[in-house]
Amino acid sequence: MADFFMNTTLGILLVIVGQILLVVVPLLLALAFLMYADRKIWAAVMMRRGPNVVGVFGLLQSFADFGKYIVKEIVVPAGADKAVFFMAPMVTLVMSLIAWAVIPFNDGWVLSNINVAILYVFAVSSLEVYGVIMGGWASNSKYPFLGSLRSAAQMISYEVSIGLIIIGVVISSGSLNFGEIVAAQDGSYGLLNWFWLPHFPMLILFFISALAETNRPPFDLPEAESELVAGYQVEYSSTPFLLFMIGELVAVVLMCALIALMFFGGWLSPIPGLPDGIFWMIAKMGLVFFFFSMVKAITPRYRYDQLMRLGWKVFLPFSLLWVVFVAFAAKFDWFWGVYARWTVGV
Amino acid sequence: MSADLGTILPEILLSLFAILGLLGAVYTGKDALASALVWVTSAVFLGLAAWIGLSGEGTHIAFNGMFVDDGFARFAKVVILLSAAAVLVMSEGYMKSRDLLRFEYPVLVALSVVGMMMMVSAGDLMALYMGLELQSLALYVVASLRRDSARSTEAGLKYFVLGALSSGLLLYGASLVYGYAGTTLFSGIIQTAQHGDVSLGLLFGLIFLIAGLAFKVSAVPFHMWTPDVYEGAPTPVTAFFATAPKVAAMALFARVMHDAFGGAIKDWSQVVALLSVLSMLLGAFAAIGQTNIKRLMAYSSIAHMGYALIGLAAGTALGIQSMLVYMAIYVTMNIGTFAFILMMERDGQPVTDISALNQFAKREPGKALAMLVLMFSLAGVPPMLGFFAKFGVWQAGVDAGLVWLVVVSAFASAIGAYYYLRIVFFMYFGSEDGAIEVNGSKTLWVFLMGAAAIIGIAWVPGINMFGIGAIAELAATSLVN
Amino acid sequence: MSVFAFYLFAISVVTGGFFTVVSRNPVHSVLWLILAFLSSAGLFVLLGAEFVAMLLIIVYVGAVAVLFLFVVMMLDIDFAELKAEMAKYMPLALLIALVILMQFVIAFGAWETNAAAEGLRAQITPVDRHNTEALGLILYDDYFLLFQLSGLILLVAMIGAIVLTLRHRTDVKRQDVVAQMMRDPAKAMELKDIKPGQGL
Repeated sequence: MADFFMNTTLGILLVIVGQILLVVVPLLLALAFLMYADRKIWAAVMMRRGPNVVGVFGLLQSFADFGKYIVKEIVVPAGADKAVFFMAPMVTLVMSLIAWAVIPFNDGWVLSNINVAILYVFAVSSLEVYGVIMGGWASNSKYPFLGSLRSAAQMISYEVSIGLIIIGVVISSGSLNFGEIVAAQDGSYGLLNWFWLPHFPMLILFFISALAETNRPPFDLPEAESELVAGYQVEYSSTPFLLFMIGELVAVVLMCALIALMFFGGWLSPIPGLPDGIFWMIAKMGLVFFFFSMVKAITPRYRYDQLMRLGWKVFLPFSLLWVVFVAFAAKFDWFWGVYARWTVGV
Repeated sequence: MSADLGTILPEILLSLFAILGLLGAVYTGKDALASALVWVTSAVFLGLAAWIGLSGEGTHIAFNGMFVDDGFARFAKVVILLSAAAVLVMSEGYMKSRDLLRFEYPVLVALSVVGMMMMVSAGDLMALYMGLELQSLALYVVASLRRDSARSTEAGLKYFVLGALSSGLLLYGASLVYGYAGTTLFSGIIQTAQHGDVSLGLLFGLIFLIAGLAFKVSAVPFHMWTPDVYEGAPTPVTAFFATAPKVAAMALFARVMHDAFGGAIKDWSQVVALLSVLSMLLGAFAAIGQTNIKRLMAYSSIAHMGYALIGLAAGTALGIQSMLVYMAIYVTMNIGTFAFILMMERDGQPVTDISALNQFAKREPGKALAMLVLMFSLAGVPPMLGFFAKFGVWQAGVDAGLVWLVVVSAFASAIGAYYYLRIVFFMYFGSEDGAIEVNGSKTLWVFLMGAAAIIGIAWVPGINMFGIGAIAELAATSLVN
Repeated sequence: MSVFAFYLFAISVVTGGFFTVVSRNPVHSVLWLILAFLSSAGLFVLLGAEFVAMLLIIVYVGAVAVLFLFVVMMLDIDFAELKAEMAKYMPLALLIALVILMQFVIAFGAWETNAAAEGLRAQITPVDRHNTEALGLILYDDYFLLFQLSGLILLVAMIGAIVLTLRHRTDVKRQDVVAQMMRDPAKAMELKDIKPGQGL
């Protein structure tokens, strides 16, 4: 039996498919409850009840929504470019899912342990913009088109500073592999060893950029109904819309995972002595997601020109300067060497 | 590494100056600082030229052979820096009065000069390309500096599109050479490219390389961009195009041919000779009908590149020496001529029509005389310096057995004399009276008179062409040995 | 397995390239081009050059092609007209292409390199370090000069874009964030004591 799974092509393929399902199925299940949590937190801040009808405390609300999306009719606008119209939501979903291939949940618990993992995630998340552009263009309507151009410009702008922040972390850890980035944060002081402390300003920048990159409030201009109806999703309904929604949410969770891995030591335990493990990783992701939800509940929406100025005139120069600073600090061992925790040979 | 950095110190300093100048101007006065920046940039050019010219000795190789600092490179760099400084200073008044002077202009010129210095020192195909691209990209931008004029933007766009095409050809050639030689270093290529042993693929690569380089020196049949760009670009920019980049491109041409393909001179000298013949003839014939003096200067520069290429086609140290001397003299003549063209205006508007020069000698005999000297020199009339330039390349050509080339060149020179002398004719014997004023600043006057004086008196026996021949010989022997 | 992956990527590169050229709709052309880019990134991975593959995706697909797509979507170019224009020169272009093709067949057909060329060829990636590291060492040590020069070239490109396009318009209202932040009630408003029945 072991021989079949280790040595035959079919067996290896089956193992890979099994591993993929092992990541994707819990992820999508968790998503249903994260969506629920999102709405509950939002409601709590506004002193409403939130969803509380379907299931105990409304826990099954998301599943009811899924069912509704799936059984409704798919409306395709006249004059839409059908192939591109249907490809757009698929691109969004697939791109946000395949990024998980390199995300480790525990030491060695990763689908594909590649050298350039962080670059891979960055590359794949830069492709998510295509779902937006294609969807807006293929709808053959002015609102979605303008909305898609806006949000594509927004995503590209913030990708630049995300890339620079990643470079800072990469310089500090000396590797592009998540396992080694986490290992670089290991130390005898628990949570004080993690990168959030030396890279603190960048944690804030990364968090805000992640909000903008995933079109979350306060940067959810595509959703700005008063001006744009619903951005690039105007013409989408039922299942394609569901795919867009899931894709976006998966991207949000991916950003949570990135923050947990790069700044909060992934699966490392915050208190020295306690065992490391996957539960720490999940707890950290959950914490970051909580902040995502809180931001949604308590901040007003940005205006488009403010958004662009923030990205290009504040974040970009600041993160660029930070890269220079980290490079010097790492090279010359400033601050007791906290900026140079290279685990691999120089 | 630090020794390498020491070798490229002039380039580093100039780049740093450009970056600091840019930052300084952006965060303070912006365009109000442009005039000051122009003067400071020129001063930096002069300082670097003096430093490179006086201090350098021997041959230094840096970055594993990618950068070569030898007598040849230093000669070219000094000529480039001096001419760039002169043109920059000349352009200040003109651009200011036409509201074109922006602080980016001196910065871009400085960066393009960095590119030129890299070009003449290139010891590797990739370094060559980088230098070339840095130089050209800055030039594309300054060509369309007058962005509200359709002609200027057209000039920039045309230059850019054709320049990109030629870069493509050059890269294609470089990749073929790399494929067949196994390396991009000139010192490595020369081991594989020995005459009689040059494979067909390497030859293809060589031809593509020559095509790309010929575009940059605007040799026929890769000259098409020159007249339009010269005419469309603002005149000071045209003056810049006609001087420093030509020297850099010609020096780069010579360096690639001799450093990388020095073992296969017979394989490329015929191609270069062909380029040379076509350039001389086209430059001579096409300029006859021109009425715009900037277009005329474009064809003139095409023809002059043809003459200079004779020196390269000769494939000898004497040839390179005569080519270097030719380029230095050509640059001097062009600076003088463009100083004059910059002064031509009517009611405050620049005039480039040749007929506007009618009867000019009656009003301004001094400037007309200076222009006469320059035109005679461009035509190659003895005893002006331009004649000695031509004589030098002819001597090298005959020496290398290219008698037919020299004969054709003498013929083209005779034809070409017609249109230079036509300008002189208009100035002294023109019929109707066009109301042109020539009232540029003192700076332009100094450059016009200075260039004319150098051209006019260099033949006097004691002066001996300011000793440029000996320096060029030293430079040439460092390249060809 | 990797043979299968190679053919998969190779076929999709060729397909993408083909449809980029023949698509009638320019937006579809760009999308096919993106497929070609992605597949060639896959080929790079198979070659063991994963760093280059990722850069290809980030730079070309993530940035350059997006701008392509922006431009193609926003400019309403009539490609049919352009094609008709091009058709006039097609015979000549085909002739030149044919001649060049023949020349290359002749040139590459006789693939012979000098004996010295073998010795000059660069070494492949050393086995003891992975290629991202090797690339970094080459880029920042051997090719330091070229790396810095390309930086200068990009700087010139940036200056050029700004010089040629930036216009300071004075007729539009702009938000001055600093001024806004520095405002205090004393500057922004004035208190007046208005007597009842009198008005201002």
